[in-house]
Amino acid sequence: MSDTIIRFDRVSKVFPEGTRAVDDVSFDIFDGECITFVGPSGCGKTTTVRLLNRLVEPTGGSIWLNGQDTARADVIALRRSIGYVIQDVGLFPHMTVSQNIALVPRLQGWPERKRNERTEELLHLVGLEPAAFRNRYPNQLSGGQKQRVGVARGLAADPPVILMDEPFGALDPITRAQLQDEFLRLRRRLKKVILFVTHDMDEAIKLGDRIAIMRNGRIVQFDTPRKILREPADPFVRDMVGREGGIKLMKLLRIADIMDPADGMTIPADRLSEAERRMAESGKDILLVVDKEGRFQGTISYEQVMRGGRSGDVALLDRALPPAETTDEVGHTLEAMLRNKRVWLPVVGEDRKLRGVVTMTHFACFFTAGDAPSGGTS
Amino acid sequence: MNVIEYFIKNIGLILKLTIEHIEITLIAVAISTVIGVAIGIFITRHQRAAGTIIGIAGILYTIPSLALFGILIPFIGIGLKPTLIALILYSQLALIRNTFVGIIHIDPSIREAGKGMGMSNWQFLRMVEIPVALPVIMAGIRTAAVMNIGTATIAAYIGAGGLGWLIFRGIASVNSDQIIAGAVPVILLAVGVDYLFILLERALTPAGLRH
Repeated sequence: MSDTIIRFDRVSKVFPEGTRAVDDVSFDIFDGECITFVGPSGCGKTTTVRLLNRLVEPTGGSIWLNGQDTARADVIALRRSIGYVIQDVGLFPHMTVSQNIALVPRLQGWPERKRNERTEELLHLVGLEPAAFRNRYPNQLSGGQKQRVGVARGLAADPPVILMDEPFGALDPITRAQLQDEFLRLRRRLKKVILFVTHDMDEAIKLGDRIAIMRNGRIVQFDTPRKILREPADPFVRDMVGREGGIKLMKLLRIADIMDPADGMTIPADRLSEAERRMAESGKDILLVVDKEGRFQGTISYEQVMRGGRSGDVALLDRALPPAETTDEVGHTLEAMLRNKRVWLPVVGEDRKLRGVVTMTHFACFFTAGDAPSGGTS
Repeated sequence: MNVIEYFIKNIGLILKLTIEHIEITLIAVAISTVIGVAIGIFITRHQRAAGTIIGIAGILYTIPSLALFGILIPFIGIGLKPTLIALILYSQLALIRNTFVGIIHIDPSIREAGKGMGMSNWQFLRMVEIPVALPVIMAGIRTAAVMNIGTATIAAYIGAGGLGWLIFRGIASVNSDQIIAGAVPVILLAVGVDYLFILLERALTPAGLRH
């Protein structure tokens, strides 16, 4: 579908003392993808990503970046074309925040003005006010702030590929969750290829388009989060996912992923007089009422039509049913339905336009079938 | 009161010897720093050699100065040359060790980040390792400088000049005024240089590393 940016072709790394850290690993990474590498410590995930910027040299196989064999690339130029963010950040203590961020641009000979502009832009991007942070030294920053600067530094020269080695691993849970959310926001804007190492399966699920689960230097499963949650390749992966696989999947999926379109169930508000005929035609005893722009107004049932003397009076509408939104987490909506004793809900977009319906049957399919009843989005 | 009289009467000589003393020390410190820092950096790159080289510098440091002069004189004679060689050899331990330790103790994550960002070995040395290790290296230079002021005093014995000349002459002629006229400037010089280096160290410590 998209272009292959990175290709690992039967790559191995055996360290001099005999440890087989990476064992015959092959995979392709496509343009714009974020791949999370997850596994227990010593599984080879960090070594795998460090092979790409040649902080570790492979002992077997070949690695291709944008169609070029990295073994033949100039190692310094290669590293400058790959952003690098690590758990301990590694900010240079004698340089200010802006000097740290502008380092790679400086090495690449950018003029000072361009460097300064870029630094300001990046500070905004990672949520640090330039006026307050530009001239601070690393020892004047909190852990979360340091990692924000680390991320900005990794992005500085606008590299197409970024390696992140447990960047949020040393942070407290609250800061970590916050940076993860910002990471997702950042990703939507930047569209870079990201290789993200973590030992936290939840983080891997949350941030990765695909997840590479590693064990003993091998990739056990390389798949989308949903596929891994639904169909773990073996007991090890099932263990990694944990017992709450279904719950995690619910957090991952949005209502848009499991709902059905509301075809044949809608009626414009100014044509409620036709409700009875529509119901007869479609065999439904409830219709979803929308305005001219397609915005959800309420529902009307057969009893209401009858009670209203088939008048088509807008006052007959039942507006009590709060619709779900396409971007709601599946779990939240299920919870809301159970609490309000509803067996179905209309689904609207952010613009309040009707997008579809979700029923208990959808949830049942979601938990039992191999795939959701209707196709997902990603 | 005789000491003061002696001072006033011989102010020209004392000044000349003090300048000589400073010259010897300055030349020795300058050359030792270049050599010692270079060796210190070298052994951060070849760490298997570090133990041996610091060991050798340690042995040199323990040789008594008169014994060292005794070994040097048959080969290079007396005067400034053997003195400078001795001072340079003595300085190496402080300089090599401090340079090595200052660089080697840089946080591994900083090293990892620099390498991963595509800094060359030379860029990393110039832009990161030396600036970050500078306070520790400066402390080594300070130790060497103060030690050289002391050892240079003894070097007057082999004809290098400097304030030691007054002390040895004073001892030979049992002239305590002359001894004190040599000793007091040496002490002031040592204390003064020490203080100067403390200020210098402070000024050269990068802002982000100050506490």
